[in-house]
Amino acid sequence: MTAACAATRDPQAVPATAAAPLLAVEGLGKWYGPRLGCRDVSFTLHPGEVLGVVGESGSGKTTLLGCLSGGLTPTTGRVAYHSEAWGPADVHALPEGRRRLLMRTEWGFVRQNPRDGLRLGVSAGANIGERPMAVGARHYGHIRARALDWLSRVEIDPARLDDRPASFSGGMQQRLQIARVLVNGPRLVFMDEPTGGLDVSVQARLLDLLRDLVARLGLSAVIVTHDLAVARLLAHRLMVMKDGRVVEEGLTDQVLDDPHHPYTQLLVSSVLQA
Amino acid sequence: MYVAVKGGEAAIDAAHRQMAAARRGDPAVPPLTVAQIRAQMGFAVARVMAEGALYDPDLAALALKQAWGDVAEAIFLLRAYRTTLPRLAASEPVDTAHMVVRRRVSAAFKDLPGGQVLGPTFDYTHRLLDFALAAEGQASEAAPAAPDDGRAPDAPMPRVADILGGEGLIEPETAPADEATAPVPDLTRDPLTYPADRATRLQALARGDEGFLLSLAYSTQRGHGGTHPFAGEIRVGEVAVEIVPEDLGFPVVIGDITVCECQMINQFTGSRTAPPQFTRGYGLTLGYNERKAMAMALVDRALRHRELDEAATAPAQDEEFVLSHADVVEASGFVQHLKLPHYVDFQAELDLVRRLRRAAAEGVSHDAPEGAPEDAPHNTSAETTP
Amino acid sequence: MSADAITFGYLDDQTKRMIRRALLKAVAIPGYQVPFAGREMPLPYGWGTGGIQVTASIIGRDDVLKVIDQGADDTTNAVSIRRFFRRVTGVAATEKTAEATLIQTRHRIPETPLTTGQILIYQVPIPEPLRSMEPRETETRKMHALADYGVMHVKLYEDIARHGRIATAYDYPVRVNGRHVMAPSPIPKFDNPKMHNAPFLQLFGAGREKRLYAIPPYTSVVSLDFEDHPFEVQRWDRVCDLCGAGDSYLDEVVTDDTGGRLFVCSDSEYCTTRRDAGHRGPAADSTAAGALGATLSAVARDRTEDRA
Repeated sequence: MTAACAATRDPQAVPATAAAPLLAVEGLGKWYGPRLGCRDVSFTLHPGEVLGVVGESGSGKTTLLGCLSGGLTPTTGRVAYHSEAWGPADVHALPEGRRRLLMRTEWGFVRQNPRDGLRLGVSAGANIGERPMAVGARHYGHIRARALDWLSRVEIDPARLDDRPASFSGGMQQRLQIARVLVNGPRLVFMDEPTGGLDVSVQARLLDLLRDLVARLGLSAVIVTHDLAVARLLAHRLMVMKDGRVVEEGLTDQVLDDPHHPYTQLLVSSVLQA
Repeated sequence: MYVAVKGGEAAIDAAHRQMAAARRGDPAVPPLTVAQIRAQMGFAVARVMAEGALYDPDLAALALKQAWGDVAEAIFLLRAYRTTLPRLAASEPVDTAHMVVRRRVSAAFKDLPGGQVLGPTFDYTHRLLDFALAAEGQASEAAPAAPDDGRAPDAPMPRVADILGGEGLIEPETAPADEATAPVPDLTRDPLTYPADRATRLQALARGDEGFLLSLAYSTQRGHGGTHPFAGEIRVGEVAVEIVPEDLGFPVVIGDITVCECQMINQFTGSRTAPPQFTRGYGLTLGYNERKAMAMALVDRALRHRELDEAATAPAQDEEFVLSHADVVEASGFVQHLKLPHYVDFQAELDLVRRLRRAAAEGVSHDAPEGAPEDAPHNTSAETTP
Repeated sequence: MSADAITFGYLDDQTKRMIRRALLKAVAIPGYQVPFAGREMPLPYGWGTGGIQVTASIIGRDDVLKVIDQGADDTTNAVSIRRFFRRVTGVAATEKTAEATLIQTRHRIPETPLTTGQILIYQVPIPEPLRSMEPRETETRKMHALADYGVMHVKLYEDIARHGRIATAYDYPVRVNGRHVMAPSPIPKFDNPKMHNAPFLQLFGAGREKRLYAIPPYTSVVSLDFEDHPFEVQRWDRVCDLCGAGDSYLDEVVTDDTGGRLFVCSDSEYCTTRRDAGHRGPAADSTAAGALGATLSAVARDRTEDRA
């Protein structure tokens, strides 16, 4: 399933150790006091692989994503990331400066509500340019050209470069957020319900775009969604969560076409009935 | 004309002389004495002491006289004076349970040990102008005698929070373990940094502007960070201030001060670590400032969302927002500093706006707004100099 | 309260020591904002209390003090602050930039280059250069700690995208010693280059915000910019109407209600010194200039008599 990767990736981003997993998660658990967020989550993610995490709201998906990306501190377990720059690293043992740097170089986070992931007070160009500038880009013309290129890659009219995203539609805002996150060529992207809150027709277009970008850039990704259609289209592998635990995992087609756990069966059948 | 632009020392002197004359007013009217202000403008004096953070009714009255009744200005005078005072000692905590109570009301219980004592209050008065007050005052009259409230002077009057505390229904008020032995932080000696602990927050609120806190407290009642409060107890009276001189080693009383204390009781549904019980919001002011003490208690409770694991969504719960903007001396100074000359900065802006307009007119800017006039130099008479 | 009752410099010794310790820390970490327990001064917040506390903490009986506001010695607030220090210290005051050992300023750096041994003290309203992009101090302190300054260029980018140029005319952000991004206080960006590798000590005081910071002598101070939109200062295609200076920051003075303007040095001492040395500007002989010059001289004379 990693066959599609690497071909179109940034040439300088040669994977240091192609065989080593990008992300290795062991026994991850998070409690909010006596209340469980998630527990006993273990998996590995290899370069170019897309993992879907599905389940209804409250099943612990978003907590898991928070723990993986370093935003939340887990109660148990560890998350190991193989960094291009620094080699293997325990995500939660990294100093905050390093984690922030990861978030604007090797990682990306696409939020469900694009308003949480964008600066609404500055132009689309500034939004896309922020990450390059944060890591030292200092040539206005180059930054602007890069922003223009990315606008067209996410199918936004280049004439909107200097407009503020507040005037964009929801679908455009989400595509802008994706451009903002992908501009620095991250290796690993976390997505929290990237199509949530959008109209069905808009969702379809965004999904096409995402699938195309993920394949072309050879991205690795962890995508949290309650929408099995999103999972089927984007994910190579699936983890099904219920009440904070992983109840089933496997290749996407396998899990969706032949669900073993009763909860997964319920999920799949409810989608089919709908 | 240039004198207005380039002001001089003479202008400042003249302005101050005019202010002095305005402050004194009609010389045919006898001047107010500080004693009169202290005695007959008690609430103004109390507010100046509370926000001036200095307990001295005579100086507060003097400040009010000097400030022509401008309370914020009087508070400023007291604060500036405070800077010049040496710090001799830190007092022991005052014990409001042993207050000599003048007023004590609880909205939570109909009756309670020590009873409800209305004391001096505007509550339940009808707000009708009393023209008799305008007529009095030429001859000195006997002040109306304060009625006896029928209490035995030393009747015990336990605090409502202590009564609830006996049943474990309200959170105990104890210093966190790591602070129990450490000295109490002092906002006037250590700069405010965030996140602030509760002791620091309470100090900032106690000095904070009454109007600002009142509006914030009001906003919590209207749903912006609701805390479901009951006025557990409000008490006003005198407490003893004690210090422990180093060479004595035991506390000695150095005087009595009037304080107003408010304990709000708030619903609390319990958290991961605590069973349901009532929580507290606390307000305390130097002098009789009941409205301020109540507002302070509501805002204190709203700011405790972190320790109580509550969602923070409202302005009154935003510690940086509340504490950074509560001080009337800071707020008044910075708002009014806009009166100072800014012509160097304005010149820089003026120059920039002219350049941008010129660029827009010449179509240089890639984003000239649609319909921008082609004949731009209109209205720029400033460009033509003699 | 009589003047005698006030200690030298108004602040008590403990407070002065506290401020001096904070200043030492500020000098040790150029551009870093040191929190300090600012005191209430008898002048209002926003009117220079930070600069006043710095000056009060370091001034000695042998110092010679100059106070300017908008570059001029005779603006009302400068007059007021100079009077305050004469009252609480009795030290000598001067308008001559070259004679002063301490110069407290609001919004300008004098045109006459300062030299080794002089100290320039800035009054600062908002010490946090990141605040316009991030209002929370808990976050901005973290950003400084991690040198996480990308948002500053977002702001500059946005200026260029919107206006075709960087539209920040004063309080133009700088990077000090290659490390901390710093607000130079609302001086026009015209003055920014004077801060770079300067031979004199620069101290900054923000009273209301309770922060101090510093630039030690010979420290690099670089204005933020882009390679293809380099930092540039304001330039005038005219000279001072009174003294003819072509290298000074010019204030625009409205002389009548029909569009009449004079452009004169904002640094009044620089202008006066040049005129005394015989330099003449293009409008030096106009009625308006005569009136303006006369007022300036009269104000200077008043003050000389006041000192005498």
